[in-house]
Amino acid sequence: MQHDNLVEIEDVAFDYGARPVLKGINLTAKRGQVIAIMGSSGCGKTTLLRLIGGQIKPCQGAVRVAGESLGELNQAGLYRLRRNMGMLFQFGALFTDMTVFDNVAFQLREHSDLPEDAIRDMVLMKLHAVGLRGAAHLMPAELSGGMARRVALARAIALDPQLVMYDEPFAGLDPISLGITGNLIRRLTDTLGLTSILVTHDVHESLKIVDYVYFVSEGVIVAEGTADDIRESDLSYVHQFVHGEAEGPVTFHYPAAPYVEDLRLGRQSA
Amino acid sequence: MLKESIARVGNRTLQGVGRIGFAVRFFVAIMLHSGTAFRRFGLTIREMYFSGVQSLVIILVSGLFVGMVLGLQGYETLQTYGSEDALGILVAMSLVRELGPVVAALLFASRAGSAITAEIGLMKATEQLSAMEMMAVDPIARVVAPRFWAGVISMPLLAALFSAMGIFGGYLVGVQLIGVDEGSFWSQMQSAVDFERDILNGVIKSVVFGIAITTIALFEGYDAPPTAEGVSGATTRTVVTSSLTVLALDFVLTAFMFRGLS
Ligand SMILES: Nc1ncnc2c1ncn2[C@@H]1O[C@H](COP(=O)(O)OP(=O)(O)OP(=O)(O)O)[C@@H](O)[C@H]1O
Ligand SMILES: [Mg+2]
Repeated sequence: MQHDNLVEIEDVAFDYGARPVLKGINLTAKRGQVIAIMGSSGCGKTTLLRLIGGQIKPCQGAVRVAGESLGELNQAGLYRLRRNMGMLFQFGALFTDMTVFDNVAFQLREHSDLPEDAIRDMVLMKLHAVGLRGAAHLMPAELSGGMARRVALARAIALDPQLVMYDEPFAGLDPISLGITGNLIRRLTDTLGLTSILVTHDVHESLKIVDYVYFVSEGVIVAEGTADDIRESDLSYVHQFVHGEAEGPVTFHYPAAPYVEDLRLGRQSA
Repeated sequence: MLKESIARVGNRTLQGVGRIGFAVRFFVAIMLHSGTAFRRFGLTIREMYFSGVQSLVIILVSGLFVGMVLGLQGYETLQTYGSEDALGILVAMSLVRELGPVVAALLFASRAGSAITAEIGLMKATEQLSAMEMMAVDPIARVVAPRFWAGVISMPLLAALFSAMGIFGGYLVGVQLIGVDEGSFWSQMQSAVDFERDILNGVIKSVVFGIAITTIALFEGYDAPPTAEGVSGATTRTVVTSSLTVLALDFVLTAFMFRGLS
């Protein structure tokens, strides 16, 4: 049976050791949608993607992908599910001992018996889509940060997965590549009917292409809505984020002792 | 004070035992996921190239020098008893039984073992292993197991080359330089070295060392904290731990293999 919601996250909590990172997140991604997860740095967006990918298990609540609860799957089940997932890692995570071409071809070679000719065509098509067909022979060390990220994007979509997760696809891109990448994500989602989950800081670029946005703060969803809802929202949190204001409910600082105390300004004499 | 230090010792012991437990589980996982390494043997060959061929030069050169030193020292001692004809036996026995497997293993640990740890550790630190898992490819099967089998296959070959070079070095010094009779050098060696007792046991030793070194190297890399210090610390630990393990295992194996022999 087809589930309308490809990803369902229900009341999920997660902590790394003592520090709670997520405290009860609810989130759904409908098939064919691009959804964005936004939030200040360190609020747990990457963690959320890792939960959806099944790399870490929630301490509480359930993560369901295509109707299957990840917590109940064994490794084989998880791997079966992951064949339909693509993930763009925040720092690319390209295989440094392979060329760009082999990186993109990796899954095709691992998971299919396609002849090398067919693989070649498919890889070059994906690389063309991110504008790097000419870089196929380069090693990852020879790429710039933005190029590496685009290769990682090509690799994430190599098998035409149902669900693609992008961890900051826009970071380090110039305005031109940024617009193209945004459109690419939208176009892939529409033409291939896949579902995209986007983690990003780039409010303006992502609002152009997303269907639905979630704002995460302090481990919970503080706001959600369609792109238009978000633009017009007068929630102070969203407003601050959309307009990039320094003052507001979002704190820029990781929890710390009071600044004055830390700098020991209180102690005048030596 | 005393209580604290006792607690610290206990804590470290527990940690050490825990790590041994993890290493054993890791080893079992490698065994269970070795199918790919054999089905796609090209992966293993590639790693044999990296770990085996790159250790080749250091192994050959060291073997030659160790053999030459054996030739000199052996001649000095044997000459006192007037039995310098037995030089061939001495050189070959020491190399095939002990020095070949042990020294080649120590060199392999520092040349290839450290490289394996650093490579796996960096792959982990840069999320390449996570990326592989997310692509539904098991890193143990795809990355770890081929390296393991490559090491296990390379080690006896390298030890054999070490011994061969060593015997050649002993020949150069003993026969060509000092002038021991060439005929008795080779013929005494041939009649004294037993295939099963000497050569086969030497091969068994080096296979065991290969298993130990690659398991330690892979485990340290896989278990390394994903930072620069984490990886460099793991690399050092690989060399220290696997060298000590090789020496300890050598004692145990020798005790079993040669006890009670003349
Ligand atoms: N492996 C880990 N061990 C311990 N704490 C971690 C680990 N990974 C992340 N954290 C903590 O969890 C919190 C959330 O991290 P996460 O990487 O999910 O943030 P993020 O929202 O993706 O941030 P950014 O936008 O900067 O990438 C951070 O405060 C971080 O300190
Ligand atoms: Mg992140």
